[in-house]
Amino acid sequence: MKADEQIRMSMRVNHKQYSGAVEPRTLLVNFLRDDLGLTGTHVGCDTGHCGACTIIMDGRTVKSCMILAVQARDAEILTVEGLAEDGKKLHPIQEAFMQNHGLQCGFCTPGILMSSLFLLQRNPHPTEEEIRGGVEGNLCRCTGYVGIVRSVKAAAEVLSKGKTTTKKKEVDH
Amino acid sequence: MIPKKFDYHAPASIDEVIRILGENEEAKILAGGQSLLPMMKLRLAAPTAVVDISRLPGFSYVRDMGTHLAIGALTTHDTLGNDKSVKERFSLITDAVARIGDQQVRNLGTIGGSACHADPAGDIPTALLAADAQFVIEGKRGKRVVPARDFFVDLFTTAVGHDEMLTEVRLPYLPQRSASAYMKHSVREGGFAIAMVGVVATLEDGNSCRDARIGVGAAGPTPIRAVSAEKYLKGNTLDEATIAEAADRAVEGAEPPSDVHGSREYRLETIKVLTKRSLRIALKRAGVPGMRVSE
Repeated sequence: MKADEQIRMSMRVNHKQYSGAVEPRTLLVNFLRDDLGLTGTHVGCDTGHCGACTIIMDGRTVKSCMILAVQARDAEILTVEGLAEDGKKLHPIQEAFMQNHGLQCGFCTPGILMSSLFLLQRNPHPTEEEIRGGVEGNLCRCTGYVGIVRSVKAAAEVLSKGKTTTKKKEVDH
Repeated sequence: MIPKKFDYHAPASIDEVIRILGENEEAKILAGGQSLLPMMKLRLAAPTAVVDISRLPGFSYVRDMGTHLAIGALTTHDTLGNDKSVKERFSLITDAVARIGDQQVRNLGTIGGSACHADPAGDIPTALLAADAQFVIEGKRGKRVVPARDFFVDLFTTAVGHDEMLTEVRLPYLPQRSASAYMKHSVREGGFAIAMVGVVATLEDGNSCRDARIGVGAAGPTPIRAVSAEKYLKGNTLDEATIAEAADRAVEGAEPPSDVHGSREYRLETIKVLTKRSLRIALKRAGVPGMRVSE
Protein backbone atom coordinates (compact mmCIF):
# COMPACT_ATOMS: atom_id res chain seq x y z
CA MET A 1 0.00 0.00 0.00
CA LYS A 2 1.34 3.39 -0.97
CA ALA A 3 1.59 6.04 1.73
CA ASP A 4 -1.28 8.10 0.29
CA GLU A 5 -3.56 5.17 -0.37
CA GLN A 6 -6.55 4.64 1.85
CA ILE A 7 -6.70 1.16 3.28
CA ARG A 8 -10.20 -0.23 3.61
CA MET A 9 -10.73 -2.23 6.77
CA SER A 10 -13.27 -3.28 9.31
CA MET A 11 -13.23 -4.13 12.99
CA ARG A 12 -15.68 -4.94 15.73
CA VAL A 13 -15.87 -2.24 18.37
CA ASN A 14 -18.01 -2.77 21.46
CA HIS A 15 -19.75 -5.70 19.73
CA LYS A 16 -20.67 -3.64 16.69
CA GLN A 17 -19.16 -4.01 13.24
CA TYR A 18 -17.51 -0.88 11.85
CA SER A 19 -15.67 -0.29 8.61
CA GLY A 20 -13.68 2.59 7.25
CA ALA A 21 -10.67 3.62 5.25
CA VAL A 22 -7.44 4.91 6.74
CA GLU A 23 -4.04 6.14 5.70
CA PRO A 24 -1.31 3.72 6.81
CA ARG A 25 -0.04 6.25 9.37
CA THR A 26 -3.40 6.75 11.12
CA LEU A 27 -3.17 5.69 14.76
CA LEU A 28 -5.88 3.50 16.22
CA VAL A 29 -6.84 6.13 18.79
CA ASN A 30 -7.47 8.67 16.03
CA PHE A 31 -9.57 6.20 14.06
CA LEU A 32 -11.69 5.43 17.14
CA ARG A 33 -12.15 9.07 18.10
CA ASP A 34 -12.27 10.89 14.78
CA ASP A 35 -13.72 8.32 12.38
CA LEU A 36 -15.98 6.32 14.68
CA GLY A 37 -16.78 9.19 17.04
CA LEU A 38 -15.90 7.13 20.11
CA THR A 39 -14.33 9.95 22.10
CA GLY A 40 -14.46 8.12 25.44
CA THR A 41 -10.94 6.91 24.72
CA HIS A 42 -8.72 9.86 25.63
CA VAL A 43 -5.47 11.18 24.22
CA GLY A 44 -3.30 12.23 27.13
CA CYS A 45 0.43 12.39 26.51
CA ASP A 46 0.35 10.98 22.95
CA THR A 47 3.79 9.48 23.56
CA GLY A 48 2.86 6.16 25.11
CA HIS A 49 3.45 7.05 28.72
CA CYS A 50 0.12 7.96 30.30
CA GLY A 51 -2.24 5.14 29.31
CA ALA A 52 -5.34 7.35 28.96
CA CYS A 53 -5.89 5.84 25.49
CA THR A 54 -5.87 2.24 26.79
CA ILE A 55 -8.41 -0.05 25.11
CA ILE A 56 -8.80 -3.82 24.99
CA MET A 57 -7.88 -5.39 21.66
CA ASP A 58 -8.47 -9.11 21.19
CA GLY A 59 -8.53 -9.59 24.94
CA ARG A 60 -5.46 -7.61 25.94
CA THR A 61 -4.92 -4.01 26.92
CA VAL A 62 -3.03 -1.85 24.45
CA LYS A 63 -2.33 1.85 24.26
CA SER A 64 -4.27 2.89 21.17
CA CYS A 65 -1.82 5.75 20.47
CA MET A 66 0.97 3.18 20.13
CA ILE A 67 -0.61 1.06 17.42
CA LEU A 68 -1.62 1.78 13.84
CA ALA A 69 -5.30 1.57 12.97
CA VAL A 70 -4.48 -0.94 10.18
CA GLN A 71 -2.92 -3.23 12.76
CA ALA A 72 -6.38 -3.54 14.32
CA ARG A 73 -8.08 -4.70 11.12
CA ASP A 74 -10.61 -7.45 11.90
CA ALA A 75 -9.85 -7.11 15.61
CA GLU A 76 -12.34 -7.24 18.46
CA ILE A 77 -12.05 -3.93 20.33
CA LEU A 78 -13.55 -2.89 23.64
CA THR A 79 -13.51 0.78 24.64
CA VAL A 80 -14.91 2.50 27.71
CA GLU A 81 -18.19 3.03 25.82
CA GLY A 82 -18.64 -0.74 25.68
CA LEU A 83 -18.42 -1.31 29.43
CA ALA A 84 -21.95 -0.31 30.45
CA GLU A 85 -24.66 -2.84 29.71
CA ASP A 86 -26.86 -1.57 26.87
CA GLY A 87 -24.94 1.67 27.20
CA LYS A 88 -26.94 2.46 30.35
CA LYS A 89 -26.34 0.21 33.32
CA LEU A 90 -22.81 0.88 34.58
CA HIS A 91 -20.32 -1.97 34.66
CA PRO A 92 -19.51 -3.10 38.22
CA ILE A 93 -16.02 -1.62 37.84
CA GLN A 94 -17.46 1.75 36.84
CA GLU A 95 -19.93 1.55 39.73
CA ALA A 96 -17.05 0.76 42.14
CA PHE A 97 -15.02 3.74 40.90
CA MET A 98 -18.03 5.99 41.40
CA GLN A 99 -18.70 4.70 44.93
CA ASN A 100 -15.08 4.69 46.10
CA HIS A 101 -13.75 7.99 44.85
CA GLY A 102 -11.71 6.26 42.12
CA LEU A 103 -11.58 9.42 40.04
CA GLN A 104 -11.37 13.14 40.45
CA CYS A 105 -10.97 14.98 37.14
CA GLY A 106 -11.71 11.75 35.28
CA PHE A 107 -9.36 12.24 32.36
CA CYS A 108 -7.36 9.06 33.02
CA THR A 109 -10.44 7.05 34.03
CA PRO A 110 -11.31 5.46 30.64
CA GLY A 111 -7.83 3.94 30.47
CA ILE A 112 -7.76 2.97 34.14
CA LEU A 113 -11.11 1.19 33.77
CA MET A 114 -9.83 -0.87 30.85
CA SER A 115 -6.62 -1.80 32.70
CA SER A 116 -8.67 -2.70 35.79
CA LEU A 117 -10.96 -4.93 33.72
CA PHE A 118 -7.97 -6.71 32.16
CA LEU A 119 -6.41 -7.19 35.60
CA LEU A 120 -9.58 -8.57 37.17
CA GLN A 121 -10.23 -10.93 34.26
CA ARG A 122 -6.77 -12.36 34.73
CA ASN A 123 -6.58 -12.14 38.49
CA PRO A 124 -10.00 -11.95 40.17
CA HIS A 125 -8.53 -11.42 43.67
CA PRO A 126 -5.56 -9.08 43.30
CA THR A 127 -3.54 -7.83 46.27
CA GLU A 128 -2.92 -4.11 46.66
CA GLU A 129 0.53 -4.58 45.13
CA GLU A 130 -0.93 -6.45 42.16
CA ILE A 131 -3.53 -3.71 41.64
CA ARG A 132 -0.81 -1.06 41.66
CA GLY A 133 1.16 -3.20 39.20
CA GLY A 134 -1.94 -3.62 37.04
CA VAL A 135 -2.45 0.13 36.62
CA GLU A 136 1.28 0.86 36.40
CA GLY A 137 0.82 1.94 32.78
CA ASN A 138 -1.89 4.45 33.63
CA LEU A 139 -0.96 7.79 35.11
CA CYS A 140 -3.40 9.58 37.43
CA ARG A 141 -2.46 13.03 38.63
CA CYS A 142 -5.41 13.57 41.01
CA THR A 143 -6.12 10.63 43.26
CA GLY A 144 -2.69 9.46 44.35
CA TYR A 145 -4.08 6.01 43.41
CA VAL A 146 -5.54 5.43 46.89
CA GLY A 147 -9.10 5.73 45.61
CA ILE A 148 -8.24 3.72 42.52
CA VAL A 149 -6.85 0.81 44.54
CA ARG A 150 -9.92 0.92 46.80
CA SER A 151 -12.21 0.94 43.76
CA VAL A 152 -10.52 -2.03 42.09
CA LYS A 153 -10.66 -3.97 45.38
CA ALA A 154 -14.37 -3.19 45.71
CA ALA A 155 -14.99 -4.18 42.09
CA ALA A 156 -13.12 -7.45 42.65
CA GLU A 157 -15.39 -8.27 45.58
CA VAL A 158 -18.54 -7.50 43.65
CA LEU A 159 -17.46 -9.35 40.52
CA SER A 160 -16.37 -12.44 42.43
CA LYS A 161 -19.75 -12.58 44.14
CA GLY A 162 -21.42 -12.29 40.77
CA LYS A 163 -23.37 -9.28 41.99
CA THR A 164 -23.72 -6.17 39.92
CA THR A 165 -24.37 -3.63 42.65
CA THR A 166 -22.13 -2.30 45.36
CA LYS A 167 -23.03 -0.68 48.63
CA LYS A 168 -22.18 2.94 49.01
CA LYS A 169 -19.12 3.28 51.20
CA GLU A 170 -17.96 6.12 53.37
CA VAL A 171 -15.28 8.11 51.60
CA ASP A 172 -12.17 8.81 53.68
CA HIS A 173 -10.85 12.31 53.53
CA MET B 1 1.47 13.38 16.89
CA ILE B 2 1.32 11.44 13.67
CA PRO B 3 4.19 9.63 11.97
CA LYS B 4 5.58 10.82 8.67
CA LYS B 5 3.98 9.12 5.64
CA PHE B 6 5.19 5.64 4.78
CA ASP B 7 4.27 2.82 2.42
CA TYR B 8 2.64 -0.01 4.30
CA HIS B 9 3.21 -3.71 3.73
CA ALA B 10 1.60 -6.57 5.62
CA PRO B 11 3.32 -9.62 4.13
CA ALA B 12 1.85 -13.07 4.69
CA SER B 13 5.11 -15.01 4.75
CA ILE B 14 8.75 -14.69 5.77
CA ASP B 15 9.81 -14.94 2.12
CA GLU B 16 7.66 -11.94 1.31
CA VAL B 17 9.12 -10.02 4.27
CA ILE B 18 12.65 -10.64 3.00
CA ARG B 19 11.72 -9.72 -0.58
CA ILE B 20 10.17 -6.40 0.47
CA LEU B 21 13.14 -5.57 2.73
CA GLY B 22 15.48 -6.37 -0.16
CA GLU B 23 13.66 -3.92 -2.43
CA ASN B 24 13.80 -1.00 -0.01
CA GLU B 25 16.85 -0.34 2.11
CA GLU B 26 14.95 2.12 4.29
CA ALA B 27 12.08 -0.22 5.11
CA LYS B 28 11.62 -0.97 8.82
CA ILE B 29 10.05 -4.03 10.36
CA LEU B 30 7.15 -3.30 12.70
CA ALA B 31 6.70 -6.09 15.25
CA GLY B 32 5.11 -4.98 18.53
CA GLY B 33 5.77 -1.35 17.66
CA GLN B 34 6.28 -0.24 21.24
CA SER B 35 9.65 1.35 20.45
CA LEU B 36 9.30 2.03 16.73
CA LEU B 37 5.93 3.80 16.78
CA PRO B 38 6.82 6.31 19.54
CA MET B 39 10.04 7.05 17.62
CA MET B 40 8.08 7.54 14.39
CA LYS B 41 5.56 9.78 16.16
CA LEU B 42 8.39 11.93 17.53
CA ARG B 43 9.91 11.81 14.01
CA LEU B 44 13.12 10.38 15.44
CA ALA B 45 12.52 7.65 12.88
CA ALA B 46 10.88 8.20 9.51
CA PRO B 47 11.12 4.99 7.46
CA THR B 48 9.75 5.32 3.92
CA ALA B 49 8.20 1.87 4.23
CA VAL B 50 6.92 -0.19 7.15
CA VAL B 51 6.78 -3.97 6.97
CA ASP B 52 4.14 -4.97 9.49
CA ILE B 53 4.83 -8.47 10.81
CA SER B 54 2.63 -8.12 13.89
CA ARG B 55 0.14 -10.60 12.39
CA LEU B 56 2.66 -12.87 10.66
CA PRO B 57 1.65 -16.38 11.74
CA GLY B 58 4.05 -18.95 13.18
CA PHE B 59 6.55 -16.79 15.06
CA SER B 60 5.03 -16.75 18.53
CA TYR B 61 6.06 -19.79 20.56
CA VAL B 62 8.18 -21.11 23.41
CA ARG B 63 9.42 -24.64 22.66
CA ASP B 64 11.50 -27.12 24.63
CA MET B 65 14.02 -28.41 22.08
CA GLY B 66 15.87 -30.78 24.44
CA THR B 67 19.09 -28.77 24.46
CA HIS B 68 17.64 -25.29 24.35
CA LEU B 69 14.48 -23.26 24.62
CA ALA B 70 13.37 -21.89 21.24
CA ILE B 71 11.45 -18.63 21.41
CA GLY B 72 9.68 -17.23 18.34
CA ALA B 73 10.67 -13.64 17.57
CA LEU B 74 7.06 -12.43 17.83
CA THR B 75 6.52 -13.86 21.33
CA THR B 76 5.32 -11.00 23.52
CA HIS B 77 6.94 -10.01 26.79
CA ASP B 78 3.67 -10.85 28.52
CA THR B 79 3.66 -14.39 27.11
CA LEU B 80 7.32 -14.88 28.10
CA GLY B 81 6.71 -13.49 31.59
CA ASN B 82 3.93 -16.00 32.20
CA ASP B 83 5.71 -18.99 30.68
CA LYS B 84 6.53 -21.74 33.19
CA SER B 85 9.43 -23.28 31.28
CA VAL B 86 11.10 -19.87 30.98
CA LYS B 87 10.71 -19.25 34.72
CA GLU B 88 11.96 -22.73 35.60
CA ARG B 89 15.09 -22.57 33.46
CA PHE B 90 15.81 -18.88 32.94
CA SER B 91 14.53 -16.87 35.91
CA LEU B 92 16.58 -13.90 34.71
CA ILE B 93 14.37 -13.64 31.62
CA THR B 94 11.24 -13.73 33.80
CA ASP B 95 12.81 -11.08 36.07
CA ALA B 96 13.73 -8.93 33.08
CA VAL B 97 10.43 -8.98 31.20
CA ALA B 98 8.56 -8.09 34.39
CA ARG B 99 10.51 -4.82 34.39
CA ILE B 100 9.73 -3.89 30.78
CA GLY B 101 7.49 -0.83 30.39
CA ASP B 102 4.04 -1.62 31.71
CA GLN B 103 1.30 -4.18 31.09
CA GLN B 104 0.12 -2.54 27.86
CA VAL B 105 3.67 -2.43 26.47
CA ARG B 106 4.28 -6.04 27.50
CA ASN B 107 1.05 -7.08 25.76
CA LEU B 108 2.33 -5.88 22.38
CA GLY B 109 6.13 -5.70 22.67
CA THR B 110 8.07 -8.73 21.44
CA ILE B 111 11.38 -10.38 22.30
CA GLY B 112 12.51 -10.09 18.68
CA GLY B 113 11.58 -6.43 18.46
CA SER B 114 13.37 -5.55 21.69
CA ALA B 115 16.46 -7.53 20.67
CA CYS B 116 16.64 -5.84 17.24
CA HIS B 117 15.94 -2.38 18.66
CA ALA B 118 19.13 -3.05 20.68
CA ASP B 119 18.68 -0.25 23.16
CA PRO B 120 21.71 -0.63 25.46
CA ALA B 121 19.42 0.30 28.36
CA GLY B 122 16.75 -2.20 27.27
CA ASP B 123 15.97 -5.16 29.50
CA ILE B 124 15.93 -7.82 26.78
CA PRO B 125 19.43 -7.18 25.31
CA THR B 126 21.20 -7.36 28.69
CA ALA B 127 19.24 -10.42 29.82
CA LEU B 128 19.84 -12.25 26.53
CA LEU B 129 23.56 -11.46 26.64
CA ALA B 130 23.82 -12.92 30.16
CA ALA B 131 21.79 -15.96 29.04
CA ASP B 132 24.29 -16.44 26.16
CA ALA B 133 21.37 -16.58 23.73
CA GLN B 134 21.68 -17.47 20.07
CA PHE B 135 19.85 -15.54 17.38
CA VAL B 136 18.39 -17.18 14.29
CA ILE B 137 18.46 -14.71 11.39
CA GLU B 138 16.81 -15.42 8.05
CA GLY B 139 17.52 -13.78 4.74
CA LYS B 140 17.84 -14.40 1.00
CA ARG B 141 20.85 -16.60 1.54
CA GLY B 142 19.06 -18.75 4.12
CA LYS B 143 19.35 -19.09 7.86
CA ARG B 144 22.29 -18.25 10.09
CA VAL B 145 22.75 -18.47 13.84
CA VAL B 146 24.59 -15.65 15.62
CA PRO B 147 25.79 -15.87 19.24
CA ALA B 148 24.85 -13.07 21.64
CA ARG B 149 28.42 -11.70 21.82
CA ASP B 150 28.29 -10.97 18.06
CA PHE B 151 24.64 -9.92 17.88
CA PHE B 152 24.75 -6.53 19.60
CA VAL B 153 27.10 -4.60 17.34
CA ASP B 154 26.66 -0.97 18.36
CA LEU B 155 24.13 1.54 19.65
CA PHE B 156 20.72 0.42 18.26
CA THR B 157 22.62 -1.80 15.81
CA THR B 158 22.62 -5.58 15.55
CA ALA B 159 24.04 -8.24 13.26
CA VAL B 160 20.70 -8.40 11.41
CA GLY B 161 21.14 -7.05 7.86
CA HIS B 162 18.62 -4.67 6.29
CA ASP B 163 17.19 -7.50 4.15
CA GLU B 164 17.10 -10.03 6.99
CA MET B 165 14.74 -10.82 9.84
CA LEU B 166 15.38 -12.22 13.29
CA THR B 167 13.04 -15.20 13.52
CA GLU B 168 13.99 -17.04 16.72
CA VAL B 169 15.92 -16.62 19.95
CA ARG B 170 17.49 -19.74 21.43
CA LEU B 171 18.40 -20.11 25.08
CA PRO B 172 20.88 -22.98 25.58
CA TYR B 173 19.98 -25.00 28.68
CA LEU B 174 22.13 -24.41 31.72
CA PRO B 175 23.97 -27.28 33.45
CA GLN B 176 22.67 -28.79 36.69
CA ARG B 177 23.00 -26.54 39.76
CA SER B 178 22.65 -23.34 37.75
CA ALA B 179 20.51 -20.35 38.55
CA SER B 180 20.06 -16.86 37.24
CA ALA B 181 18.68 -13.46 38.20
CA TYR B 182 18.25 -10.00 36.72
CA MET B 183 17.94 -6.62 38.40
CA LYS B 184 17.47 -3.06 37.21
CA HIS B 185 17.49 0.29 38.90
CA SER B 186 15.55 3.19 37.44
CA VAL B 187 14.63 6.56 38.89
CA ARG B 188 10.97 5.66 38.73
CA GLU B 189 9.07 2.47 37.88
CA GLY B 190 8.98 2.06 34.10
CA GLY B 191 11.55 4.81 33.61
CA PHE B 192 14.84 4.51 31.79
CA ALA B 193 17.46 2.41 33.53
CA ILE B 194 20.31 3.80 35.60
CA ALA B 195 21.90 0.35 35.52
CA MET B 196 20.92 -3.24 34.91
CA VAL B 197 22.65 -6.53 35.61
CA GLY B 198 21.83 -10.11 34.63
CA VAL B 199 23.73 -13.02 36.16
CA VAL B 200 23.92 -16.75 35.53
CA ALA B 201 25.90 -18.97 37.89
CA THR B 202 26.69 -22.69 37.87
CA LEU B 203 27.90 -24.41 41.03
CA GLU B 204 29.98 -27.51 41.74
CA ASP B 205 31.58 -29.28 44.77
CA GLY B 206 29.75 -27.62 47.60
CA ASN B 207 29.38 -23.98 46.77
CA SER B 208 32.28 -23.32 44.49
CA CYS B 209 31.60 -21.61 41.20
CA ARG B 210 32.01 -23.69 38.07
CA ASP B 211 30.92 -21.00 35.66
CA ALA B 212 29.41 -17.54 35.72
CA ARG B 213 28.13 -15.01 33.24
CA ILE B 214 27.34 -11.41 34.04
CA GLY B 215 25.66 -9.02 31.61
CA VAL B 216 25.73 -5.28 32.29
CA GLY B 217 23.43 -2.83 30.52
CA ALA B 218 23.15 0.96 30.23
CA ALA B 219 26.93 1.15 30.45
CA GLY B 220 28.04 1.77 26.87
CA PRO B 221 26.74 1.51 23.29
CA THR B 222 25.87 -2.17 23.74
CA PRO B 223 25.26 -4.38 26.76
CA ILE B 224 28.57 -5.90 27.87
CA ARG B 225 29.82 -9.00 29.65
CA ALA B 226 31.67 -8.36 32.91
CA VAL B 227 34.53 -10.64 31.85
CA SER B 228 36.89 -9.84 34.73
CA ALA B 229 34.21 -10.55 37.35
CA GLU B 230 33.23 -13.77 35.58
CA LYS B 231 36.86 -14.99 35.56
CA TYR B 232 37.27 -14.14 39.23
CA LEU B 233 34.14 -16.09 40.21
CA LYS B 234 35.20 -19.29 38.44
CA GLY B 235 36.70 -21.75 40.93
CA ASN B 236 36.06 -19.54 43.95
CA THR B 237 33.77 -20.42 46.83
CA LEU B 238 30.61 -18.37 46.53
CA ASP B 239 30.44 -16.44 49.79
CA GLU B 240 29.95 -12.78 50.65
CA ALA B 241 33.63 -11.93 50.19
CA THR B 242 33.71 -13.48 46.71
CA ILE B 243 30.48 -11.74 45.75
CA ALA B 244 31.85 -8.38 46.92
CA GLU B 245 35.07 -8.79 44.94
CA ALA B 246 33.15 -9.87 41.81
CA ALA B 247 30.90 -6.84 42.16
CA ASP B 248 33.91 -4.51 42.31
CA ARG B 249 35.27 -6.10 39.14
CA ALA B 250 31.89 -5.96 37.35
CA VAL B 251 32.44 -2.30 36.44
CA GLU B 252 35.65 -2.99 34.51
CA GLY B 253 34.90 -2.00 30.93
CA ALA B 254 31.65 -0.26 31.86
CA GLU B 255 31.34 3.22 30.39
CA PRO B 256 28.04 4.62 31.64
CA PRO B 257 27.12 8.17 30.66
CA SER B 258 26.64 11.07 33.06
CA ASP B 259 23.31 12.76 32.62
CA VAL B 260 20.43 14.37 34.45
CA HIS B 261 19.29 10.98 35.80
CA GLY B 262 22.61 10.05 37.36
CA SER B 263 26.33 10.68 37.23
CA ARG B 264 28.81 8.17 35.85
CA GLU B 265 30.08 7.52 39.39
CA TYR B 266 26.59 6.85 40.70
CA ARG B 267 25.86 4.50 37.82
CA LEU B 268 29.12 2.56 38.37
CA GLU B 269 28.28 2.20 42.05
CA THR B 270 24.78 1.02 41.12
CA ILE B 271 26.24 -1.67 38.83
CA LYS B 272 28.27 -2.98 41.78
CA VAL B 273 25.24 -3.04 44.06
CA LEU B 274 23.04 -4.75 41.45
CA THR B 275 25.76 -7.33 40.75
CA LYS B 276 25.92 -8.20 44.44
CA ARG B 277 22.17 -8.38 44.82
CA SER B 278 21.49 -10.37 41.68
CA LEU B 279 24.29 -12.82 42.48
CA ARG B 280 22.77 -13.37 45.93
CA ILE B 281 19.33 -13.98 44.40
CA ALA B 282 20.73 -16.39 41.80
CA LEU B 283 22.71 -18.28 44.44
CA LYS B 284 19.72 -18.48 46.73
CA ARG B 285 17.74 -19.89 43.82
CA ALA B 286 20.53 -22.44 43.25
CA GLY B 287 20.14 -23.54 46.86
CA VAL B 288 23.16 -21.85 48.45
CA PRO B 289 22.24 -21.28 52.11
CA GLY B 290 22.62 -18.00 54.00
CA MET B 291 22.12 -15.62 51.06
CA ARG B 292 20.65 -12.31 52.20
CA VAL B 293 18.28 -11.15 49.51
CA SER B 294 15.90 -8.27 49.26
CA GLU B 295 13.96 -9.19 46.14
